[in-house]
Amino acid sequence: MGANLFRNLSFFSATLSFFLLVGIFAVLFTYAQQSMQEFGFDFLLTEEWEADEDDEGGIFGGYIPIIGTLLSTLIAMTIATPLAMGIAIFLTEIAHDKIVKPFSIAIELLAAIPSIIYGMWGLFYFAPIVQLTIGGNGVGLLTAGIVLAIMVIPYMAAITRDSMNTTPDVLKESAYAMGATKFEVIKDVVMPYSKGGIIGSIILSLGRALGETMAVAFLIGSIMSIPKSITDPTTSIPVLLANNFAEAQDLEISSMYYLALILFVVSFAIISVAKFYFLGRNK
Amino acid sequence: MEKQDFKAVMEVKDLFFTYPGVSEPTLKKNNLTIYKNKITALIGPSGCGKSTLLRAMNRIHDLYPGCEYKGKIDFLNPQSGKMENLLELRKENELIGLRQRVGMIFQRPTPFPMSIYDNVAYGLKLSGLKNKSELDGRVEKALKDAAIWKEAKDRLKDSALGLSGGQQQRLCIARSVALKPEVLLFDEPTSALDPISTSAIEELITELKKDITVVIVTHNMQQASRLSDYTTFMYLGDIIEFNKTEKIFVNPSVKLTEEYITGRFG
Ligand SMILES: Nc1ncnc2c1ncn2[C@@H]1O[C@H](COP(=O)(O)OP(=O)(O)O)[C@@H](O)[C@H]1O
Ligand SMILES: [Mg+2]
Repeated sequence: MGANLFRNLSFFSATLSFFLLVGIFAVLFTYAQQSMQEFGFDFLLTEEWEADEDDEGGIFGGYIPIIGTLLSTLIAMTIATPLAMGIAIFLTEIAHDKIVKPFSIAIELLAAIPSIIYGMWGLFYFAPIVQLTIGGNGVGLLTAGIVLAIMVIPYMAAITRDSMNTTPDVLKESAYAMGATKFEVIKDVVMPYSKGGIIGSIILSLGRALGETMAVAFLIGSIMSIPKSITDPTTSIPVLLANNFAEAQDLEISSMYYLALILFVVSFAIISVAKFYFLGRNK
Repeated sequence: MEKQDFKAVMEVKDLFFTYPGVSEPTLKKNNLTIYKNKITALIGPSGCGKSTLLRAMNRIHDLYPGCEYKGKIDFLNPQSGKMENLLELRKENELIGLRQRVGMIFQRPTPFPMSIYDNVAYGLKLSGLKNKSELDGRVEKALKDAAIWKEAKDRLKDSALGLSGGQQQRLCIARSVALKPEVLLFDEPTSALDPISTSAIEELITELKKDITVVIVTHNMQQASRLSDYTTFMYLGDIIEFNKTEKIFVNPSVKLTEEYITGRFG
């Protein structure tokens, strides 16, 4: 009886999550219709985001938030990936047992800090540092990118570490037994062996960076303009949605659904690829 | 008998070995001689320290900090003809040099996640060989020496993980042989294999001793008696008896050895 109930329950939850996914897609797609019919694929390349005086229509284009999202994510990933790999390698292959434990706990805690705290810290503490050392107004692409990197590093490092830890000791020993150095063992045995997990961790972090709202809202400047330099303020998809949703009407609302749909499809594609890699590794 | 027959390559002298965090030494006052181009078998009940002794011979223990050695393991320097204590090596590059001279094959095959060719070429590249045609030649020779050339020659570029267990183990032997080591250490190399792969490996090891000195840990009495020239019986970290294999199996001098060989314990 209990087993049967449990089976039905889990079947129900599994189907529910599938229908939720389809449902979200359907809702986004339906609400985006008005804007899609109005602007089509030109939406992706239009820079304006301007409502008419009467709030009835206007011109809305996704170019700037899309570019802002992509650039801030790119900056974040460029900084985060090598650092996270370094941390994971340090924890699995180099650090003494005594440091590994506290270090690992610290990393897991960092990964659990709510993003708004990173946003506040970034705005009040980090933005002035960027302004002083690199220039700009403090807030902007670079600041958002760096803080995003700081946010995803613990996450990426933790997953990469777990996957590197699955490399069997004998495999490493056999490389050492052929005269490999520690560096060569990491490069030729540990990294190839845990390749699937490493790529998975990068893609999952990428998904997180793409969708991050609060921290970026604090730091990117939230201005509808194309960044001319790396320190310029701009905006991103989640930030634009969060800031404008309350006052928008009709076509503008529909355009935001359009943007949300674009983000949804991109994130979904990325997570699917990540899943594919994780499953591929477990086989 | 020729004098050559008794040339020692390695002499373990009063060796004590202690794992980190363990109060008692795991190896107690071990004495043993490894003769050149001979096969020396280490036998004894599981947990008696066979692997521990073997892993001291290429200092693979040193990958994990905190291991303690006492005593000596003298290793023949082929250039000078002198014995040098390998426990005195400290620097990483000295240990790397040692491990290129003393190869190791593990219980389970450990192919690297790369192609068959790259598995064999790997150690050669590490040791600085870059010339493509020379690499090709050495890889082919090693695969032939390890009796896996026939099965591997048409799939050199395929992943080594696609080979069967027995083939993988021969590939691992090829990989070590390619480096032309002076000594090869085998830690129960056939215990994870089927009987046919096992006999292929045994044949191969017998072949190898023309060029290489072999030390093999085995829990299989028949294997020890079939393969080896010398046998060492270990018990609880002590070397109980070390002698020619015929002597150990036909007429052991210690009661304990006889009891173990006849299967009364272990
Ligand atoms: N890393 C280790 N740390 C502490 N003790 C160990 C370690 N490895 C093996 N031992 C102990 O050393 C003894 C000998 O082990 P081992 O050499 O593996 O035995 P064998 O190969 O003869 O079966 C065993 O009692 C085992 O529990
Ligand atoms: Mg063992």
